[in-house]
Amino acid sequence: MDGLVAPVGSDWRRLHPLSPVVRFGRLAVGLLVVAIPALEAGRGQRQGGGSPFFGSLVVWAILLGVSIAAGFVSWLVTRWRIGTSDLQIETGVFRRQSIRIPLARVQAVDIVAPLAARILGLAEVRVVSAGRGGERGRLAYLTAAEAGAARARLLALAHGLAPETPEPVAQPLLSVVNSRLVVALSLRAGIALPVLFAIAAIVVLVVSPRAGAIVLSTTLPVLITGVVTVARTFNEEFEFSISEAGDGLRLDRGLLQRRHETIPFGRIQALRVVQPLLWRPAGWLRLEVDVARQHGVEQSREDPQRLGRTLIPVARREEVLALLARVFPEAGVDAPPQARPPRRALLKAPFSYHFLAAWYGTRYVYARTGRLQEATVIVPLQKIQSVRLSSGPLQRRLRLANVHADTAGQRWQAAMKCRDEREAAEWLWEISARARLARRREARPRPRAPVRRIPDDAGTAIA
Amino acid sequence: MNDTDDGAGLRRVSQRFWLARQTVLAAVFVPLLAGAIVAMAAINAGYAVVLPVAVAAIAVFAWSVERGRYRSWGYAEREDDLIVRRGLLFRRTSVVPYGRMQFIDVTAGPVDRIFGMATVQLHTAAAATDARIPGLLRADADLLRDRLASVGEATATGL
Repeated sequence: MDGLVAPVGSDWRRLHPLSPVVRFGRLAVGLLVVAIPALEAGRGQRQGGGSPFFGSLVVWAILLGVSIAAGFVSWLVTRWRIGTSDLQIETGVFRRQSIRIPLARVQAVDIVAPLAARILGLAEVRVVSAGRGGERGRLAYLTAAEAGAARARLLALAHGLAPETPEPVAQPLLSVVNSRLVVALSLRAGIALPVLFAIAAIVVLVVSPRAGAIVLSTTLPVLITGVVTVARTFNEEFEFSISEAGDGLRLDRGLLQRRHETIPFGRIQALRVVQPLLWRPAGWLRLEVDVARQHGVEQSREDPQRLGRTLIPVARREEVLALLARVFPEAGVDAPPQARPPRRALLKAPFSYHFLAAWYGTRYVYARTGRLQEATVIVPLQKIQSVRLSSGPLQRRLRLANVHADTAGQRWQAAMKCRDEREAAEWLWEISARARLARRREARPRPRAPVRRIPDDAGTAIA
Repeated sequence: MNDTDDGAGLRRVSQRFWLARQTVLAAVFVPLLAGAIVAMAAINAGYAVVLPVAVAAIAVFAWSVERGRYRSWGYAEREDDLIVRRGLLFRRTSVVPYGRMQFIDVTAGPVDRIFGMATVQLHTAAAATDARIPGLLRADADLLRDRLASVGEATATGL
């Protein structure tokens, strides 16, 4: 590879020549899957002249050829490079697109390798940036080495360092044993309940065959979807390991499709500690992370996990708390006694009262909610976008109110529910004031200061 | 009553907002009431009195609800943040720091335009933020927008 002569991505270059095979290979396979039965059926019907069969064969062949050609052309016209302050991608035949992704707004850089790509030793680099058009920052596909180099360069530039800075060494923090992952996933409500039902059904089946059969037949589909969900999550979170580099967290996971994700520390909007009901005896916890919202790509079918970034799928309490403290120093999930809402909140929230709690310190706001599953959201004060006080008619009757701390995250806000009215009003001002102080504190050392000294080689700009 | 402070030290929205609301209410209920009276005359029976009385009662109820909602709106520009209060049944008070503002909308619907009003809305990076101030006079809305934009620029912070 000529990557040794010029650093990867400093000048215009193409994606890997095998990219169309991976990108359009699935399409071709799908086409074949449709085509072969159709052809078989055609041959079965044909008794007389051979021309209809031949004709449809030609049609399918043309379709296949066109899709391969389209893949090749799209590869041919796509080129990319990493400039001093942006990632530039040019693509498109008829509608020529020139994409610039400013690196100052990069939230994360991921490497994703689907099965087909892994077989060929390729990987995709995905640049996640705040704001619109996040899904366009994709380089599919590069060789694995090239992808790593491109990521290092992108991260270095995003942090305002010289482009040749190597990726900081990652220290492993925690990894998840696959067997525990399976057990933990099966204990989540989506599958545990249907299993209980199925057992009940079998018991009923023994007693009264007819009624049992009905119960079983209604339970089975639910059970199957539960199993599918577990299998999919297992596939996503297989061999999960998290490590810490100087600039953020690194996540590695996946069975068929391997992912290597980065989450810069500064871009974490909130963390959430979750404990499903059936995990309580084992004392396991799950840690999830929320990064800045992306407008418009929330529904991206391509990447459902984008919405649910898991920091650690399952681990023992001490491990999760240790990890939490690494990401959010001084944060803990033990609620002080005054964090509980007043007893009369029981009338407003009878099913979640047992978990409700909220408190704040000098750095974080904590809000615990949940009915069966206990979930504690932790929001750093300097990430708060706005604070809201709200109360419905019933709550006012009970002299209760909610306080919300809104963040730029896409998934949860810290909702401090059913606080005493007076206390809530006080908190509204107090949290706003503390958030202001926290912002001021943070505003001084700006990690993304635009002061950069970069050699001119990368600056031979776009004509 | 425009610009006067209420109990909590918040500014009320323009009185014209209330005027506009009353006009809309009248536009809905006057024809309804007329229809009810005509129907009563057509039915020509004692119990038909219920019709206009019911419509009038609903109108009065709607009017008092609207009045409460109008009075619930309030806002204040503080040194570092904007406070917006709204809602009659479901009350909410938002505190939005200037440094968090991403952009500001000034919108004016058809009714707003007839009455020379506009709505100023603040957006932050959080989707849940709802800081909307309706019923400002056009000129006031523009001034508020410019003021907010300038302080926002001065105090902007990263995500």
